[in-house]
Amino acid sequence: MLHTVNKSSFERNSLKSCLNIIDDTSVILLIEDGVISAAKNTNTPMIANLAAQGRVYALQGDVEARGISSKLADNIKLIDYAGFVDLVVEHGTAVSWV
Amino acid sequence: MVTKKFIYLNRRSSFGTVYAIESLEVVLIAAAFEQDVSLAFIDDGVYQIVEGQNADGIGMKNFSKTFHALGDYDINKLYVSAESLEERGLNVDDLMPLVYEDEDDDWAEKPSVKVISNVELSKIMSEQDVCLSF
Repeated sequence: MLHTVNKSSFERNSLKSCLNIIDDTSVILLIEDGVISAAKNTNTPMIANLAAQGRVYALQGDVEARGISSKLADNIKLIDYAGFVDLVVEHGTAVSWV
Repeated sequence: MVTKKFIYLNRRSSFGTVYAIESLEVVLIAAAFEQDVSLAFIDDGVYQIVEGQNADGIGMKNFSKTFHALGDYDINKLYVSAESLEERGLNVDDLMPLVYEDEDDDWAEKPSVKVISNVELSKIMSEQDVCLSF
């Protein structure tokens, strides 16, 4: 399953809610303000483990828009819109944690 | 015209909501009416003045460049919460080098951005006539 998170983890608990329920085969894609969690910050430990397993993606355009390209946490995979489509196709079911 | 002290609290990042750009619009309007304007960047608002934002990939306008014009509107009191910066793994070097020309000091270029503690910010807020939160 694909989980997309589009809210900053400093402002909403969307990422936390998602992490509470995600299974071992799911991946997370951070988009819009969700990419703030892709930067190294005090909320990074929340997803560090999942990222180490290669299961955390972030949309590159949203990362660049927010000026955090040089601040990415370890093992976050950057993808473009085509990559987003690939993830949707690959995982079938998608959940949006808005 | 009566001059009042306005502070604008910018609390959200640049593109996820419309708050950031709307705040900037209202700030410029207040400046046009020659009000005493301060800006505060707290919580995710600190991302509004992060250096190197590139919005090409999301098809939106990179309005962060407008912050460079604030000095020309005599808006030179930009306060950034040290706590909010630190929480996000950022420091003052990650922010845009925003400056203004000080007419009382032979138009010397001076930094507009001050990183301060939440306690100091709270004090500055208490000295204002109007406090608007975005």
